[in-house]
Amino acid sequence: MTVVVEERDRSVLTRVQHLLHAQATIGPAVVLLTSVIVFALLSERFLTPGNISLILQQVAVVGTLAVGQTIVILTAGIDLSCGAIMVLTSIVMAKVASETGLPGLPALLLGFLVGTVCGLLNGMLVTRLKLPPFIVTLGTLNVFFALNLWYSGSATIRGTDMPSLLLFTGQTFTVGGTRITYGSIMLVLLVAAMAFVLKNTAWGRHVYSTGDDLEASRLSGIRTARVLLSVYATAGLIYAVAAWTLIGRIASASPQAGQTDNLDSITAVVIGGTSLFGGRGAVVGSLIGALIVGVFRNGLALAGVDVLWQTMAVGVLIIVAVSLDQWIRKVKA
Amino acid sequence: MTTPILQATGLVKRYGRVTALAGSDLELLPGEILAVIGDNGAGKSSLIKALSGAVIPDEGEVLLDGSPVSFSTPLDARKAGIETVHQSLAVSPSLDIAANLFLGRELRRKGVLGSVFRMLDRNGMRDEARRQLDALGIMTIQNPGQAVETLSGGQRQAVAVARAAAFGSRVVIMDEPTAALGVRESRAVLDLILQVRDRGLPVILISHNMPHVFEVADRIHIQRLGRRKAVVDPKSISMSDAVAIMTGAMEPPG
Repeated sequence: MTVVVEERDRSVLTRVQHLLHAQATIGPAVVLLTSVIVFALLSERFLTPGNISLILQQVAVVGTLAVGQTIVILTAGIDLSCGAIMVLTSIVMAKVASETGLPGLPALLLGFLVGTVCGLLNGMLVTRLKLPPFIVTLGTLNVFFALNLWYSGSATIRGTDMPSLLLFTGQTFTVGGTRITYGSIMLVLLVAAMAFVLKNTAWGRHVYSTGDDLEASRLSGIRTARVLLSVYATAGLIYAVAAWTLIGRIASASPQAGQTDNLDSITAVVIGGTSLFGGRGAVVGSLIGALIVGVFRNGLALAGVDVLWQTMAVGVLIIVAVSLDQWIRKVKA
Repeated sequence: MTTPILQATGLVKRYGRVTALAGSDLELLPGEILAVIGDNGAGKSSLIKALSGAVIPDEGEVLLDGSPVSFSTPLDARKAGIETVHQSLAVSPSLDIAANLFLGRELRRKGVLGSVFRMLDRNGMRDEARRQLDALGIMTIQNPGQAVETLSGGQRQAVAVARAAAFGSRVVIMDEPTAALGVRESRAVLDLILQVRDRGLPVILISHNMPHVFEVADRIHIQRLGRRKAVVDPKSISMSDAVAIMTGAMEPPG
């Protein structure tokens, strides 16, 4: 039996829809490129090395959180507790090192362990108690934040009291006049590693398929609970890496830092083209999403636009990105 | 008499006060298509789920090649060579055809790329998917790299059948494979079922569609009120009599 597939005439719009369907990262990449060009025309200071360096530093923390947030959202979950895990972890790293004189490396590893355990707790609640991720992480957000206030005594730990390794992420090297922090390099490496794993390993595929259709994945023999558990734990570990970047960025560990970073990371993921319904998206998109937000805020500020309009611009971007995702999902053969 | 390849004896499954299976038997002989028909609530789904590891029966035994087996997950049944095409198809729409064919049993690259970096053998899986689709004569699918969500209902069904045929070494179970399809697509899926049987794999076919059942089945298992009411030969019974036995309007002959 042979069926001749008829070549239908496709409108330009349909072609765009198909292209975006196949490559979800194209949209955000175009937006980023366009906004860079526009802001460069609006202000000559925009493309100066100093300003680019500033944007990269501002993006590093939220961008790192967004890597963990991406894999959670790919499983059709959401993680509201990421910022709280990051802050708790940064306090643990800094306080243990400054009070007990623990060297930098073990303090850092202890922080990574705390982050992973926090993520694992989220994963256990999602898979064992079968609670919606939104509710689980809304609860643990408060739990982790309270632990953070209790352990820190609501006091900031100064960078000068910490081993230098914890501040390493804030140090810079210079390329062509632009000062780049090691924190932003770490972000790029993290994105590259996660993109590789998601694309090239069975685990990566199972993350996508679990978010796409949980029951189908289970019937296909995927241990979906194990996949979810590993995703939340890995995300926790990545938030601990973000904590390291945060300490370097603010040269201290503050229990009040990163209060809105959980929502900012979700913003980056969504603007980056990852679907909140799961199973679709890419971690590179989230990095681009974080950069878009950074570029918008910075560019509008340089153009002398009030902060409130910057916030409104980000809000509009979110709505546009999600509408676009809904439209792309309606793609037909 | 030949030994059944898959046999169930006295299966019981209760959900609270509802008894879905009340001591049901089933025998699947080598190389045959056994159709399972029954009214809604007759226990078809529970019977199939017990055979495919999706539910664990409260009582009774499942024998594969005469030796007892017990499946606690769908994965156990798959490892024993029993593949199921679920009514929901159990495919992941955003993944491509090759990825779906190998979902849950991906191939890794040879050497350190596979063992250390855990890299998938994309090309290998794609080629194998192509081979499986060709072997079943599924010509409407050109590119195994196409996302499943861009396929029609019949093509998706073909992907699910191809997966079962590719990995099923003992038995293939199909739950309502033509339920959501049009006339032409149903035709293609029925041809696929016959092809799977002709390759030597016995098939259990669950269907509400009597013309389809009578066309392809070698024997028909009639399920009623949680039990096997009769097994009939489609060549020696009329469709209306089969339906009458199924609904209790008539006692089975003999």
